[in-house]
Parts: sequence; C-alpha cells; structure tokens
Amino acid sequence: MKTLETIKKELKEYDGKNIKIMEVCGTHTSSIFKNGIRSLLSPRIQLISGPGCPVCVTASSYIDRLVEYSLKDNHCVLTFGDMMKVKGSKLTLTEAKAMGGNVKILYSPLGAIKAAMKNPDTQFVFAAVGFETTIPIYALLIEEIIKNNIKNLRIMTSLKTIIPAISYICVNEKKIDAFLCPGHVSVIIGSSVYSEMASKYRKPFVIGGFEGGHIIAAVYEIVRQISNNEYSMKNMYQSAVSSEGNEKAKALIYKYFEAADDYWRGIGIIEGSGLRLKAEYKDFDAGSTSSEDVDITPAGCKCTDVILGRIAPVECPLFGKACTPLNAVGACMVSSEGACGIWYRNCEV
Amino acid sequence: MKINMSHGSGGKQTGDLINQIFLKHFDNHILNKLEDAAVLDIKGKIAYTTDSFVVTPLFFSGGDIGKLAVCGTVNDICMMGAIPKYLTAGFIIEEGAEIETIDKIALSMKLAAEEAGVKIVAGDTKVIEGRGGIYINTSGIGEIAKSGISISNCQKGDAIILSGSLGDHHAAIMSERMEIENNIKSDCAPLVSIVKSLIESNIEVHCMRDVTRGGLATVLNEISSASSCGVEIYEAFLPISDEVRGLCNILGLDPLYMANEGKMIAVVPESQAETALHAVRRSKYGENAQIIGRIVDGSGVTMITTLQGSRILDVLYGEGLPRIC
Repeated sequence: MKTLETIKKELKEYDGKNIKIMEVCGTHTSSIFKNGIRSLLSPRIQLISGPGCPVCVTASSYIDRLVEYSLKDNHCVLTFGDMMKVKGSKLTLTEAKAMGGNVKILYSPLGAIKAAMKNPDTQFVFAAVGFETTIPIYALLIEEIIKNNIKNLRIMTSLKTIIPAISYICVNEKKIDAFLCPGHVSVIIGSSVYSEMASKYRKPFVIGGFEGGHIIAAVYEIVRQISNNEYSMKNMYQSAVSSEGNEKAKALIYKYFEAADDYWRGIGIIEGSGLRLKAEYKDFDAGSTSSEDVDITPAGCKCTDVILGRIAPVECPLFGKACTPLNAVGACMVSSEGACGIWYRNCEV
Repeated sequence: MKINMSHGSGGKQTGDLINQIFLKHFDNHILNKLEDAAVLDIKGKIAYTTDSFVVTPLFFSGGDIGKLAVCGTVNDICMMGAIPKYLTAGFIIEEGAEIETIDKIALSMKLAAEEAGVKIVAGDTKVIEGRGGIYINTSGIGEIAKSGISISNCQKGDAIILSGSLGDHHAAIMSERMEIENNIKSDCAPLVSIVKSLIESNIEVHCMRDVTRGGLATVLNEISSASSCGVEIYEAFLPISDEVRGLCNILGLDPLYMANEGKMIAVVPESQAETALHAVRRSKYGENAQIIGRIVDGSGVTMITTLQGSRILDVLYGEGLPRIC
C-alpha cells in the first residue's frame, strides 16, 4: 500500500498525457480549494468544476416567482441561504427583502412546518432547490404537511437529478476524460449507476469523499486508470456509498415526485433531468420549474461554458471584472458551491 | 412591564428607568453626579473608539448584547496598546421591550465592565417605535501603555500569535438563530489581561487586532495591505473546536471567515515569539494560543493546508450565508 506522501509525490511529478477531470459536485470544488489540491497536482492534471451546484443551475424565472411571492401581502418565502443572492431577471431575494419582501432563511426544510404552524395567517412558500441529496427531505416535508393538515405551506421546486446532466456532458463535451462523482448524491443513488456510465462512455467514474485525502486518493485512482487505459467505476467512499444507494430515500422521492424534462440555467432543457410533484400532490405546488422556464443570460456571461467544463471561470471575460461575489452577473458566482464564486474567493485570478 | 414612548420623553419615566436600572448597575461616582458630561482624569496619550451593537437574538449561549457592547469597545481600545478606563453607553430601545430584559442587559454590562476594569461614566436612552428591539452604542477611552502599535507596523519575519479557537461566536449566534442545539458558546470576552501580559513581558508588539467580523482571513488581509507584506499561516496550527468545525461542515461556513468576540492576533518579532506566546497563554482567555504563521515578503495571505497544499485567502465577500447542501 502506498502512503499519502508517495501518492502526492507521484501526482506532482506526473508527466503522462494531459488529463481533464470533472468534479461534478460543488462541495468537492470547495474542498479542492480549501485543501489547496490544485497546487499538489502536476500541471498535466486539470480539475474542472461541473454542474453540481443546485443554485447555479436554477432558472432566473424561478427566482422571479419567489421574488413575486415575497412581495405579496401575507406571504413569506422560506429558503436556504445561498438562494438569497441569485439574480432573477430583475431582483435577488436579498434585494426583494430590502424592498419589504418577506423572506426567511432556514437551514432545515422541516423548520418550514414550525413557521407555518406558528403563523397561520401567512402563506408560506418553500424554495425547494437541490439534487438527490436534499430531495428526500422535501418528500418528508410534504409528508409532514399532509400529516399535520397544514394549509398555509406550499413548496416551489427546482429539483434536478445528476445522472442525466452527466450523460449530457458525456455526449456533448468530448474533452472531459474522467469524472470525480458526487459523494453526497451517490449516498442516495448508489454507485452501480456509474458502472453503466463508465462502460457506455469509456471513462473512469470514481466516487470520492470530501476530505483532502479522499480527493487526492480519487484523483490518483483516475490517473492510474487513464495511465493503464482502463475505464471503470470505483467507489472510494464506501463508508457512505453502497452499490444500490439508500433504497428508503429513493422510495420516498418517487412516492411524491416523478421525472420530467427540466430547464438548467446555462444549459437549457435536459430530458428527464428534473423531478416534479406528482399530479395528486399539485395542491402543495406553488409554481415549480418546468421545461417552460426561461433564463436570461446576461451579455458576455459564460456560465454555460463554465457549468459544462468548457472553460475555467477565469477564462470568462466578466470574471473578476463585471462579475464578482458582491455583484454577481452569473449564478456560478453566487453560491458558496458555485465554481466562479469559489475560484474568485480563492484568488484563482 | 414594557417600554413605551413615555420612557424616552425625558420626564418622570425616563428618570425612573435611569435610576432603577442604569444607575443601580453602573454605579460610580462620575456617573452618579448625572452631569451633562463626565469629567475624566486621564494621563498622557489616549485611545478613543466607538462601536454599535445590534445583535439578534439579544441573549445567546455565552453572552448577550450587553456583554458584547462592553467587550467590543474594550477590545478595540486594547488593540492599540491601551488600558481601557471609561465607557459611555447609548441605548436605543424600541417600544415593547421588556424592562426586565433591559435590567438583565445592564447587569451583564456591569459584570463585563468590572472584569475589564472600566467604568461606564455617561449614557443616553432613546425610545423609538418598533417591536421591542434593543440597540446599544458604546464609546470608550483608554490610556496608551505601549505606543507604536499599528496595523501598518508588521515586519518581515514577525510571528503571528492567535489567542484561541476560531468561529465560536459566529457559530453560537448561528446555532441560536437556526435553533440548532449544541454546546457551542460565544467567546465574547475582554482581552485586557492578554494585552497587559504582553506589555508587562516587554514584548515589542508590532500590531494587535481583535478577530471580529470578517474573521481571521479578513484581518490578515488588512494587515497584509496596510503593512505592504505577505502573510503565511499554517492550517495545522489553527485552533478550531470539533463542534465548530462540525457545524461549519454542515452549514457550509468557513471558520476563517467567521466572527469572534474574544480573540485577537498579536504580531511580534520572531526573537520574542516564544516569550510572547507564553505571556498570552498564561492570561485569562489566552490558554489555547498558538503561533499560527509569520509575516513574509510579497503580498496577500497564503495558508499552507494540512495536506501541504497552498491556498490563497482573500477577504470575506458579502455575508457568510449557510449553503444549500
């Protein structure tokens, strides 16, 4: 068995062919910066951030609907923190709040139940945004709403599934050599799905954890496979990810939601990539995303190319100039999980 | 009983509020005279500062707005190498606030002032319309005990000492606001004894800064910019409690950018680094101090990570909001 020091040395001194690895999950991107992983790799190993930040891929028309609700009498929008700064076609929720809009930040969707029960005269709209990691909790939220017979709380979903997005990239973007698969999402969906992807697209799919050492190990495995002309799924986060994933969570998701085409900010419609409340639960739906959603890409914004891994954030002409975390033009600059925001805050200019 | 507009009228109710709460707790011969202004006996150069406190909730694990209002101003004075002597306190109270709450806050200010060795010698109360909020402004004066301490005074090779763990105040407030149960307490505390200990140990302190809003990364960037130097710190030496680290991982926050209310850094000559570290460690609130890095050539702030990678630390942008996943 090789020590971490040996692995680090080999990765730093790697002089084989150039390798582009896409890390799909924003938490990986964040950890890569926090641990200074790029500085530990040979320039021939490139890490590219993918579309794994739910905030970054949410359509601006969805934000507009939230803004509108927040400004309506007797209405309150409940959201996670990072949605506050994403621009709709005109306003962010932070700006709507400054104009008198009623917006509250929650850390757990189940906090919405408490808020709704405590304020029966207010109509609450919960901004349910996320990938498979958070979707089971939204399912639980619906279950609680039904159980407690709550009439003043609905959810507005923008829910995405990651596999259609990765497939889209495999089909449309030929330059990505391998994928560092999302750890948290994989806990829910399991590792076996990536085995099919690996043989279909002939690329390594490696599931990694989030500590610096986990990421180094996953990158090393990818480099090993590519150097040996191998392509397979390797689960290097076995402490949390099983082959079939969390069956209970998956059952809960598909009890309330069904797959549908959905709109990705910066990409457009990806077939079957969204989850929508089933028809029998439409009373709880306050206007979820659909393929009808639209997005206004500001002039010059290269979010699309960033999300698809075509360019690094620094290659966007607006990066660090017109677009900064304090005045974000594109959604990728907003979230703590967004590639541009992470690059900017970590001075990769 | 609740505060109403008449408590701010300047008449009988205002007088009662002052007598029954502020004079009772802040009791000292300068304030008790109730003159229009306090007359103070001060020697030599003074450090003089002001700060306003608007924290919600008013009470949190490890402190409250009153303790914060005293410690915040006291610590700013200390960072200039001064020993704090006198504070003023201005209260802006929204109608509907409970008088009992104000009493508790004033008591907390009294205790914090006693610990810091300062007297609250002047004050003001205003009542405004609202929903029971309470806001406090304090200003303070201290006598300079060691001059020449400045953010622009850091020299290449200097050691950077951090007085204790990062992120506790921010984490405690977040936990309170988000109703997350844990044992994290705000670190809100006066830093007088650490500063006195450094001065009494004859340390040639070049710069001191309390690590408040914006967190350590922001403060180090301010130093880098004002002293035209680079800063290098080591992740492995940063004291962060397991509970704060855990909360940060869940919420997507970074302890390097989180506010503290009882932590400081001291930048000292390398030759005195160990002596200074011991001086801080034997002081109250300095037990967990560490030498976390040094001043280097160049510009900006770099952190050597535990994996030996390098990470550039910029200032905090916007508000640190909990992330989605």
